[in-house]
Amino acid sequence: MLALLKTVVARDLRLAMRRQADIVSALFFFIIVVSLFPLGVGPEPDLLRRLAPGVLWVAALLATMLSLPRLFADDFRDGTLEQLALTPQPLAVAVFGKTLAHWLSSGLPLTLLSPLIGMQFDLPGDAVWTLVLALAIGTPALSAIGAIGAALTLGLRGGGVLLSLLVLPLYIPVLIFGAGAVDATAGGIAAQAHLSVLAALSLGGLFFAPWATAAALRIALE
Amino acid sequence: MNNGLLNWFKFASPQSFYPLAGKMIPWFWALAAVLGAAGLYIGFFVAPTDAQQGEGYRIIFLHVPAAWMSMFIYLVMAFWAAIGLIYKTRLSGMMASALAPTGALLTLLALWTGAFWGKPMWGAWWVWDARLTSELILFFLYIGFIALQAAIDDPRRADKAGAILALVGAVNIPIIYFSVKWWNTLHQGASVSLSKSPSMATTMLWGMLLCALAFWMYSIAVALMRVRSIILERERGTEWVRQRLTSAAR
Repeated sequence: MLALLKTVVARDLRLAMRRQADIVSALFFFIIVVSLFPLGVGPEPDLLRRLAPGVLWVAALLATMLSLPRLFADDFRDGTLEQLALTPQPLAVAVFGKTLAHWLSSGLPLTLLSPLIGMQFDLPGDAVWTLVLALAIGTPALSAIGAIGAALTLGLRGGGVLLSLLVLPLYIPVLIFGAGAVDATAGGIAAQAHLSVLAALSLGGLFFAPWATAAALRIALE
Repeated sequence: MNNGLLNWFKFASPQSFYPLAGKMIPWFWALAAVLGAAGLYIGFFVAPTDAQQGEGYRIIFLHVPAAWMSMFIYLVMAFWAAIGLIYKTRLSGMMASALAPTGALLTLLALWTGAFWGKPMWGAWWVWDARLTSELILFFLYIGFIALQAAIDDPRRADKAGAILALVGAVNIPIIYFSVKWWNTLHQGASVSLSKSPSMATTMLWGMLLCALAFWMYSIAVALMRVRSIILERERGTEWVRQRLTSAAR
């Protein structure tokens, strides 16, 4: 099972590295969406500092979703997914591996990029660190929950829009606690409670979501 | 001894459920009408005027039952979805998709009447109160379920995919509710709260309960009607549907 996990993660990462344009365009989507907000609401630093946590998190949600349709689509098309479903190991393990690879190629780059944008929004130093920490802890949940939506919409007409309709309401808790953590630090309160809940959401999501995703994939493969 | 069990499985087949549902629908409509008339009569003529809210409070006789039913129907939907996934009965999936539009409608009704109530009471059509926000999210979940089922052409796949989504949603509803609640207390403080005064007049409570029962019966009646048309649509290739339709046309 561990061997399968390792193989799937390594394979998906290699595939992602062969198509770096996908990763980079999702990152630039993130940067552009965030940059639109000052243009929309005005450049006052106080207002931007207030908005930054929410704006950054919403942009992160959207950027993660952008890469979700590709999570299973290519493997579905060339039959790899079918082979994975036929292996004696549980399909959920392979799904877990793909979720991890998705996080490494979408959530992690976002996290690494976020301090730069936090500084653009004039966030204080400790709030920037909380932002990085919150994104690092929270984005795995986005990949895990998003995988359910990606599996349910596999091969459907208008899959992308439908995917956002299904997944975004389920992202709300992550958004609340992620943005709440940064807000709390900026307001001078410890963010530990928020970060703990965020970690709980991620761990719960990473543990339970692959089973639901695997069930959804089996339906799509029928 | 086994007859009870046997009968239940008998009605799991669309063919035998179709006439049963047809027989039940008028009863549920009648119950809905009687209970609704009684509830509205109590609500509008018997219940006293509220000391603080005046006559405007009377919208709760529609609002609260709609909100209750909107949540309850999602649970029922998730229940049928689970039954469908476990026993692979066709009827369960049909029940789930028959319930979804009614649930979405009642959620919308609850939001709408809530806005009508909020304007005179709070001076705003909408506030980001925890309950309002989670009801709105519930509406999104219903829309997602309906949209997913509408996008899938194969009804069997639509049923199963919808079932997984309904179950994932049902697991998530408490998480969403509590996170929204926490978010609300963090951001808003104690500006407005929906919590009612504990000393609600008994007549008001009766009116509300009767209306809730009326909504319940209405939901069952409408869901049964919808499930009957879904059965006809999906089983249109079978012999019994053809026979029924030709005998009805004759």
